[in-house]
Amino acid sequence: MSRVLMRGNEAIAEAAIRSGLKCYFCYPITPQGELVEYMARELPKRGGVFLQAESEVAAINMVYGAAAAGVRAMTSSSSPGISLKQEGISYIAMARLPCVIVNMMRGGPGLGNIAPAQGDYFQATKGGGHGDYHLIVLAPSTVPEAAELVRLAFELSDRYRVPAMILADGMIGQMMEPVELPEPVEPEDIPERPWAVTGAKGRPKNVITSFDLEPEGLKEMSLALQETYREIERNEVRWEEVETEDAELLIVAYGTMGRIAKTVVRLARQEGIKVGLLRPITLWPFPYEPVRELAERVRTVLTVELSAGQMWEDVRLAVEGRAETPFYGELGGVVPSPKRILEEVRKYVG
Amino acid sequence: MEKAVIFAGFGGQGILLAGKILARAGMNRGLEVTWLPSYGPEMRGGTANCTVVVADSPIGSPVVDNPEALVAMNAPSLDRFEGRVAAGGVIVVNSSLVKRAVKRHDVRAVPVPANDIAAELGNPRVLNMVALGALVRGLDVLPLEAVEEAMEEELRGRGRDKLIELNRRALRRGFSEAEKYLA
Repeated sequence: MSRVLMRGNEAIAEAAIRSGLKCYFCYPITPQGELVEYMARELPKRGGVFLQAESEVAAINMVYGAAAAGVRAMTSSSSPGISLKQEGISYIAMARLPCVIVNMMRGGPGLGNIAPAQGDYFQATKGGGHGDYHLIVLAPSTVPEAAELVRLAFELSDRYRVPAMILADGMIGQMMEPVELPEPVEPEDIPERPWAVTGAKGRPKNVITSFDLEPEGLKEMSLALQETYREIERNEVRWEEVETEDAELLIVAYGTMGRIAKTVVRLARQEGIKVGLLRPITLWPFPYEPVRELAERVRTVLTVELSAGQMWEDVRLAVEGRAETPFYGELGGVVPSPKRILEEVRKYVG
Repeated sequence: MEKAVIFAGFGGQGILLAGKILARAGMNRGLEVTWLPSYGPEMRGGTANCTVVVADSPIGSPVVDNPEALVAMNAPSLDRFEGRVAAGGVIVVNSSLVKRAVKRHDVRAVPVPANDIAAELGNPRVLNMVALGALVRGLDVLPLEAVEEAMEEELRGRGRDKLIELNRRALRRGFSEAEKYLA
């Protein structure tokens, strides 16, 4: 299979179309504009619906409708736009509908800027909107991995009827790398949706709803949802380890910082510093167990993030005092270079 | 082998395309590549740069502290990036616009009058290919033919077919200009 040089935004769009995407709704925002453009150009030609909505709120509610009608549906945006979608995402989560949401994070809070940042970790992994819910959150660190995880996002979202989010940033969205695109899915590869509201002629009607006015009824719905989350936590935790076998200091970093940290590991080892990397691929469910096991063996677990310390909370929950847990973060869209991170590493070794 | 290049200049000088062609040439020859643009809210005439990494193993950081090469298409780009080039690296300077010499003595300077050569070739817009040709000689990880092929792929079928030969001449001319300083 040949490799194609693509931007992350384009690779995500193409991978989604090859994953059987039927409906894409959006409201444009940088730094994911190329994703919107690609969909506008390609999706209608390939049997899908592209619609630029009047707002982010409208776009996510169109996703809600399309997912309820039983097709693979998707939206994408960047931080402030994702904030606007939160109400709809909460409804979709409780209505048990599969869909994929792409967040190409940018510097924030507020309008912020369009540079790479990871300040939406809490929003993505802890619910984001109102109520007790989670998204399956996948964090690619390269363009080819972004394409791969889009396919996985649709599959997991269908399997568990839980919305999935691709959480990346402008760096992954804007940069180009060679990509091997996934093979297009056949219609029969997409799981059947016996629950979809497709017209009830000749069968009992299906109901898609996010509410029950009776507390006992709503409790049942909520417990079923929580049971699904436990199942996802048992089955779907994904992460990558680099040179962890003999590491004395473990870096935990995801996405853009995860790949920059790989260079840090290499530079550190050239100096004889035993550094390893654990890169969470699923941010929810978070790889608590793998971090905990490594924390038993290392002296330091250094979290590196483009935020003020959001994933750091999950790392500390995993480590629970087994190792020291310093933090290094950058804010405002500043991306530290490998050498800058290596300086941080040196503070804790030797 | 892992080598990084920063291409920098004014928006409109074809910086991003020059970087993309280098990345494509690397990919076509089976190498790993990353192409990372600056994507701030810029406009034509503003500054633009991109970082290209070419390697024979998977690339970690696409953000590079000390690139092996710099292509500086204007004076602000040379001022900004000169200090970051790795010792022993190459700096291709567009001497049509940059009136000062490279200050570093631990790098190889390749002044190429890209605007003047492009004008001489008949189209001022091919200055980026002149500079890219010089860079290919200086970087010395890909043959010029690989870059010519990538340029052809990039231009073919997009209403720009008739520009391929001109761009090829520009690449070759830049390559031979660099030869004067690097042979």
